[in-house]
Amino acid sequence: METQTIKNNQNATKVTERISGSEAIVRCLIEEDVKIIYGYPGGAIMPVYDELYKYQDKIHHVLTRHEQGATHSAQGFARISGKVGVAIATSGPGATNLITGIADAQIDSTPMVCITGQVPSHLLGSDAFQETDIVGISTPVTKWNCQVTKAADIPAALAKAFYIARSGRPGPVLVDITKDAQFEAFDFSYEKCTKVRSYIPVPKTAEGSLEAAAKLINEAKKPFIIWGQGVILSEAETQFKALVEKSGIPAGWTILGASALSTSHPLNVGMLGMHGNYAPNKLTNECDVLIAIGMRFDDRVTGKLDEYATQAKVIHFEIDPAEIDKNIKTDVAVLGDAKVTLGAILPMINENSHEDWHQQFKDLYEIEYEKVIKNDIHPTKEGLTMGEVIKEINIQSKGEAAIVTDVGQHQMIACRYAEFNKTKSNITSGGLGTMGFGLPAAIGAKMAAPEREVVSISGDGGYQMTIQELGTIFQQKAAVKVVVLNNEFLGMVRQWQQLFFEKRYASTEMVNPNFVAIAEGYYIKAKKVTKREELADAVAEMMASKEAYFLEVCVEKEGNVFPMVPSGASVSEIRLE
Amino acid sequence: MSTERNLYTISVYTENNIGLLNRISAIFQRRHINIESLNISPSEIDGVAKFTIVVNMSEENVKKIIGQIEKQVEVIKAYYHDDEATIYQISGLFKIKSELLFEERQIQNIIKESNARIVTVNKDFFVLEKSGKKAELVELHQKLSAFGIMQYTRSGRIAVTKEEMKISTLLETYYN
Repeated sequence: METQTIKNNQNATKVTERISGSEAIVRCLIEEDVKIIYGYPGGAIMPVYDELYKYQDKIHHVLTRHEQGATHSAQGFARISGKVGVAIATSGPGATNLITGIADAQIDSTPMVCITGQVPSHLLGSDAFQETDIVGISTPVTKWNCQVTKAADIPAALAKAFYIARSGRPGPVLVDITKDAQFEAFDFSYEKCTKVRSYIPVPKTAEGSLEAAAKLINEAKKPFIIWGQGVILSEAETQFKALVEKSGIPAGWTILGASALSTSHPLNVGMLGMHGNYAPNKLTNECDVLIAIGMRFDDRVTGKLDEYATQAKVIHFEIDPAEIDKNIKTDVAVLGDAKVTLGAILPMINENSHEDWHQQFKDLYEIEYEKVIKNDIHPTKEGLTMGEVIKEINIQSKGEAAIVTDVGQHQMIACRYAEFNKTKSNITSGGLGTMGFGLPAAIGAKMAAPEREVVSISGDGGYQMTIQELGTIFQQKAAVKVVVLNNEFLGMVRQWQQLFFEKRYASTEMVNPNFVAIAEGYYIKAKKVTKREELADAVAEMMASKEAYFLEVCVEKEGNVFPMVPSGASVSEIRLE
Repeated sequence: MSTERNLYTISVYTENNIGLLNRISAIFQRRHINIESLNISPSEIDGVAKFTIVVNMSEENVKKIIGQIEKQVEVIKAYYHDDEATIYQISGLFKIKSELLFEERQIQNIIKESNARIVTVNKDFFVLEKSGKKAELVELHQKLSAFGIMQYTRSGRIAVTKEEMKISTLLETYYN
């Protein structure tokens, strides 16, 4: 390897090495402190895999069983660690298989860098073997993307990619690199990107907005905080908790905000939205000041917009200016990073307790407990419920586990009943609702945080969308605990068919394979539970396992998730049955 | 804010990058918004491109669109203006048989009255250029159609605003 020194204008010494583009890609990853990447090899990315082979002591490449699994694993990695997840794939189908994960990361603001190989630049546009316009295809679902056709452009492109992925409101980026650029030799040096002209990751907080927000909060009689993932992404948990406690304001969360404040905190009043808790939905339409922090008023949270908190003044703490007034008109917008803005507003906030107001939440919780929660987690009927499985996991993990869910009924039940004592513990596909997310995301999460207990909870439908990742669990010896709540239905769709389509169960019944045999086929310890009296022991055995463990729990077939805000209804029309 | 639809000129200052047109047009496509006209050109600042996009939509929605455009990493700044706030033009080219120029006296009058300019003449055809408001181009097109037009094309709107667009200042803040 040839090493040379070039003097630049500032008389500083810049050391460069003559290496190939593909080696440069790996070296860039090392410079960005990447230790684990997820991917799948193929023709147009082979030079990079050849370098990964040489650098395997520095970067651990995880061979997933499908490129979609690579993106979800990278997402799980990012969500539990707060770092950028990395996925890598070849051109054509390898690249298009990344799209679902990229779209998921985009709508859930997950930092991810995807690297794809591309056909040699002289073949671009010629319909070459495994050529696809991945930059064009990924444009609407990436925060940024680009194509590199010269080796010399690789370091700057990847530096920019990592910077954009993790800064401001995080998101996925894609860098498509032609095979000739991977082969080409050039003088490599790496400089981290700290700035991109035209890009403002964190907008300025408008003068007076903190004061205006503080005034509204201090004068409010029935203030209500609703928070989202922004609190977690800006690592503002401490400042957030301090604000909640000092102000004494009840706080509800979006699905992605879960775990930023412990579920056992007295001022945590539960989940918002379609299958959220009764009190926070009902009282959204009774509060006088609504304080939204790092959330985006998704339609699953707001229900009918015209009847959402119309009585309230709205304060919106937000990093993305495009979210202000997008769905809900804001009275005071506090732009900026939540950690900074929440820290800054804290001294301006009066101590308060809002006891009578808080009591209203408690009263409505009692109603929900009697009508819904009691039957979900302490059922007396014969069939096992999803809720009692979650409760058992809570008890045995002491609320310390990271819960990774898929999409559907089990997801809503898990989010409603899981206990979270630690932040970054609820990893799920929120905005996109990607079935198949859970299992590969759990692998990524476990590898990023091996010291943590990671429990993947899926339904029998979504589980089978990425079931092949059991192979990754086996090969990587990832000690993921995999729970499948099997009701032999695509449960959420079936619930809607029951409620809104007169029980016409079109294509929602699943005839399932022997899940235990499949897990055992991958040499994963496995157990199936069908009776209540077997549940606690089975969960105990799973938790005690040092290796991966698969637990199938057969739950009642036609259980429904309540409460429910029917699609298009106001949050105050939330139904308990 | 008005929910009434209106013509708005969106001006977007951007880096000059491959793929940015796709990224910006995707914002409109995703929301099922038709772009009435689109022009991309250099701007007053070296290396900064300017998109001029005309849309017919409510002010409330155009504001949201501006937010989505500005969110793109390589967009420096986006503005929207109604017709009152801009000075704007479009340009049209008409290719017409040369014989008509000499045989149809009326055509010469039309050219004079419309302030159109003859770009080139040869024995087969002549080319007429007219810049102005869309209505003027439409009117000229109608008049000439009676005689037969061999080719006709019209450009997207280009516009400058009456108010100042402080892009240079903005770029300095980006640098700092």
